[in-house]
Amino acid sequence: MSNLSLAVRDSSTMLRRNLLHARRYPSLTLNLLLTPVMLLLLFVFVFGDAMSAGIGGGDRSDYVAYLVPGLLLMTIGSTTIGTAVSVSNDMTEGIIARFRTMAIHRGSVLVGHVVGSVVQSVMSVVLVGAVGVAIGFRSSDATALEWLAAFGLLLLFTLALTWIAVGMGLISPNAEAASNNAMPLIFLPLISSAFVPIDAMPGWFQPVAEYQPFTPAIETLRGLLLGTGIGHNGWLAVGWCLALTVLGYLWATSKFNSDPK
Amino acid sequence: MTDLAIAANGLRKSYGDKTVLDGVDLAVPEGTIFSLLGPNGAGKTTAVKILSTLVTADAGDLRVGGHDLAVDPQAVRASIGVTGQFSAVDGLITGEENMWLTADLHHLSRAEGRRVAAELLERFDLAQAAKKPASTYSGGMKRRLDIAMTLVGAPRIIFLDEPTTGLDPRSRHTMWQIIRELVTDGVTVFLTTQYLEEADELADRIAVLNGGRIAAEGTAEELKRIVPGGHVRLRFTDPAAYRDAATALPASTGDDAALALQIPSDGSQRALRTVLDRLDAAGVEADELTVHTPDLDDVFFALTGGAAVPAQTDPLKETVR
Repeated sequence: MSNLSLAVRDSSTMLRRNLLHARRYPSLTLNLLLTPVMLLLLFVFVFGDAMSAGIGGGDRSDYVAYLVPGLLLMTIGSTTIGTAVSVSNDMTEGIIARFRTMAIHRGSVLVGHVVGSVVQSVMSVVLVGAVGVAIGFRSSDATALEWLAAFGLLLLFTLALTWIAVGMGLISPNAEAASNNAMPLIFLPLISSAFVPIDAMPGWFQPVAEYQPFTPAIETLRGLLLGTGIGHNGWLAVGWCLALTVLGYLWATSKFNSDPK
Repeated sequence: MTDLAIAANGLRKSYGDKTVLDGVDLAVPEGTIFSLLGPNGAGKTTAVKILSTLVTADAGDLRVGGHDLAVDPQAVRASIGVTGQFSAVDGLITGEENMWLTADLHHLSRAEGRRVAAELLERFDLAQAAKKPASTYSGGMKRRLDIAMTLVGAPRIIFLDEPTTGLDPRSRHTMWQIIRELVTDGVTVFLTTQYLEEADELADRIAVLNGGRIAAEGTAEELKRIVPGGHVRLRFTDPAAYRDAATALPASTGDDAALALQIPSDGSQRALRTVLDRLDAAGVEADELTVHTPDLDDVFFALTGGAAVPAQTDPLKETVR
């Protein structure tokens, strides 16, 4: 069997295994899904009036439109915490040692995790998106191409965070540590433009909020779905995604390929 | 001369400044059971991890299944099966799904995979539990599933790292039976254990690993010959009889407090008769007679040094010396 078809075959076997895990034990994914949904409802129905004043007037429905793109990306951050936890859990299992002593494609274990996690993230994003639509989120005038670009961005962002999360899972000795190490993935959206505009933040903090990975992605998604200005955020978002994907991939594979302790 | 399934020359491995394996040589002919015996921390597991491609050695010329470990680990992996010390099963999925997963990774066709899985589950008495998550299995069942998964690819060389540790006596005997059956098909088994009885029971050849070096290597019989210590022990309740017997048996050494005599002996019928004849001639009768032949316990304690405590107390296996 050629190297490539071996890689594809083993990776799809590993993917089936990870999806089976997710289907048998959906509680982790569902718990992580709860955070963005709760935040969405909280910020719209409890803080909505105050928040809509913060974005420069408008009513609650304007704030729903402002909030949903950020929360879609936060959903990805939240789901990938689950990736870090399940990778870390998996590495403590003897089954990984078995995989390492079998004549299979080495990277298939991680690829299975990554693809499985991307599938789960997409489903989570669709669910949170549906909640958003249910409480009144509408795209203003996005064309088919813009919708496609929006999905592409979400997918690329998921891939980037997932590889980083896999790396975090690999360096964590147990599930608790993995959950702690992956905290930034859900913390970063809180200090982005997801909830309030950057210029409502203190001046010294604005550069941090503006150039961290989430803000450019959020602004790009807003631009695509709501027709706000994207500016340099598009390139920044794509740049961040590619850089994090490559970095996460190299980090995770080198960790996985080094001798286990 | 038969071909070697496993050959190691000058195997070395250290973690930081702690040397775990310090120049180990091993030669395991095809179709035999080889047992690496040693106390906890001797380096048994490290040796298995290296030979099964899990970790890389610092030095040494290592060949498994005819392939050089350093050059072509993937070819080595294709010819081996490994059951590690900690069960290598996926607890989140069922026993059957574990088997299918392994079959898929061995690139068996779907039908072939299902057939092999069903056959092995049946053979290892797991068919009943096949649809239950592996995490609900008992220790013995997990080990059996583990070995069943190892056998899916029909490996020619099987590494078993302490396969019976933590198993109850019945499961242990089942496991021994399984291991014996493996070699009848010409498979080579590399077994580590800390149970001397297990090595004695199963292995064609035994190597005693201590402090990262092979302290001795040979068949169980050869190893037993290394240590002296066969003797007959006589115990008395009457001090006068004890003294008379000591006089009648000049080769004996006495333990005055216990009123016991030890006579060096190979435990043969003739040697025993000599002792008994002399006792009869002197007109004394011992209250208790035990024959002690050297076993692997003696070898183990002699080779691994230290004031080790015998693992079990068995009247026929006294370690009093």
